[in-house]
Amino acid sequence: MDYSQFLVMSQELGLIAVFLLVFLFDTFAPRKALSATAPVVCVLFALFTVVNLLLPCCCCGSCTVEPQSAFGGMYVTNQALFTIKNILNVGVLVVLIQSIKWVNGPDQIMRRGEFYELLLVTLFGMYLMMSSRHFLTFIIGLESASLPLAAMVAFEKKKYESHEAAIKYLLTALFSSAILLMGVSFVYALSGSLYFADIAASSLETCPLLVVALVFVLAGVGFKLSLVPFHLWTADVYQGAPTSVTSYLSVISKGATAIAAFIIFALAFGEFYSEVWHWMLYAIIILTITIGNLFAIRQKNMKRFLAFSSISQAGYIMLGLIACSPAGLTAMMYYILVYIFSNLAAFGVIQAIENNTGKLSMDDYNGLYKTNPMLSVTMMLAMFSLAGIPPFAGFFSKFFIFRAAVEPGTTALYVLVLIALINTIVSLYYYLLVVKAMFIKPDEPVIARFRSALSERIGMWICVAGIVILGLASCFYSDIAAAVESGFNSLL
Amino acid sequence: MELEILKYLIPALIMFCCGVYGFITRKNMIAILISLELMLNAVDINFVVFNRFLFPGQLEGMFFTLFAIALAAAETALAIAIIVNLFRAVKNVDVRNVNKMKF
Repeated sequence: MDYSQFLVMSQELGLIAVFLLVFLFDTFAPRKALSATAPVVCVLFALFTVVNLLLPCCCCGSCTVEPQSAFGGMYVTNQALFTIKNILNVGVLVVLIQSIKWVNGPDQIMRRGEFYELLLVTLFGMYLMMSSRHFLTFIIGLESASLPLAAMVAFEKKKYESHEAAIKYLLTALFSSAILLMGVSFVYALSGSLYFADIAASSLETCPLLVVALVFVLAGVGFKLSLVPFHLWTADVYQGAPTSVTSYLSVISKGATAIAAFIIFALAFGEFYSEVWHWMLYAIIILTITIGNLFAIRQKNMKRFLAFSSISQAGYIMLGLIACSPAGLTAMMYYILVYIFSNLAAFGVIQAIENNTGKLSMDDYNGLYKTNPMLSVTMMLAMFSLAGIPPFAGFFSKFFIFRAAVEPGTTALYVLVLIALINTIVSLYYYLLVVKAMFIKPDEPVIARFRSALSERIGMWICVAGIVILGLASCFYSDIAAAVESGFNSLL
Repeated sequence: MELEILKYLIPALIMFCCGVYGFITRKNMIAILISLELMLNAVDINFVVFNRFLFPGQLEGMFFTLFAIALAAAETALAIAIIVNLFRAVKNVDVRNVNKMKF
């Protein structure tokens, strides 16, 4: 066996190295040094992120990663995948920074190393999931991304809600992976191979078994993405999980799964079968955006509110899949980048307030502007960006994804985008409810003035900078587009 | 040949449907977990049968089954751990008691 092919997985190997360092530090470091666990992990991961960003430029001289494959084509890497992994790295770094205060809290301090280890393993699973070109590696990636997450959801040992959320998450995740596996077994029966390329090349005729298989695969992926008929776990899990885990779950996990879903449906079930799943996805997108929005309006708990908002955002992300083109993938990646900053800014504020006062209800935010103006402005920027108000990043991500979705030019897609647009206006209402609570509603007792921890402030500053810079400059879009252009044809 | 493969596929399908039915109707969390195992095992049978009867020249389905069994074991271990934690909090394993967060 040629062991040098492992070098193709340089990003995964780097991540495993970080994981091992964290593990060794957590196990063998002297007790005094352990109090520095959180900063050490953040610095290590920041180094990893920076090295990943700079590596292609320094090593190869050119700024693009050559498309390579390993393990008989089960694993591939190219510029597009490299870029999306870097985007996720930045998001994870922000999550790590924001979680420092919570991790050092009295209930977690004994087990803080485990939090980081589990998180890095899930990230490894997501990497693998996106890079896989064979259903076996895809399933392994998907499971190693979702199983440790259940343990992370159950992390607050003394809080009952944490366990309830974990059992709900785990049972629905298992159910969905069983359905996904059943679908994959039918695909195997039809095409005789589990390679995405072979499945696409076998160009089967549309038969009932193929339809069942695609429904099962779409349902299994839809569960992980919380698309609407399969979304019922989302709000409970988001509410019960520790806020750091919720932010990780809503941004990184969702983004990685969306990209993986794009790769499966574009590569394995692309050209020949798209008429089978196209209309299913069409209906699911409409349902996801609409129902996510309508349920978000009546939420009072901030985390539940953001859960429903993230359901409808998942619908918008899926608009990139229905286009099934390089522009669709680019728009999806850009959307995920913007979504990372906007959602993490919102979760950063929620986390700061929860850590300092323990309050999570939207009514508690009444009159927040008077006591904590910086937090209020951050939250306002996040809400504006999520709603898609022009000067901020969210507007451009929505713009690009709508443009990518109507590119094929059929009437049905225009109708779909019209529905999505109307829903954007609905979403504006409930995002502004939060802003209204903070700025307009007078209320006693107001949350007292407090100064959030340095780590929380750094996290929020990064997010605010991301929202504003991406909004004013939209600078990364052309980079991502170039990466996808160079990578899309070699995705197989 | 066709009858031969049905002998294996129909039990697998029945197992899968029993699993789905059990997952939806059972109130005991351990029973739900058993239902999930039924579903996953039905998938394993499917893969092996498809490989053995339809594509006897290759081993892809068999390998997939091996990995699926390992995944199912990992999933069960984690689920049991979380159920034990939950049991400490509510003193039983009835899903009807796990309903604090709703709507």
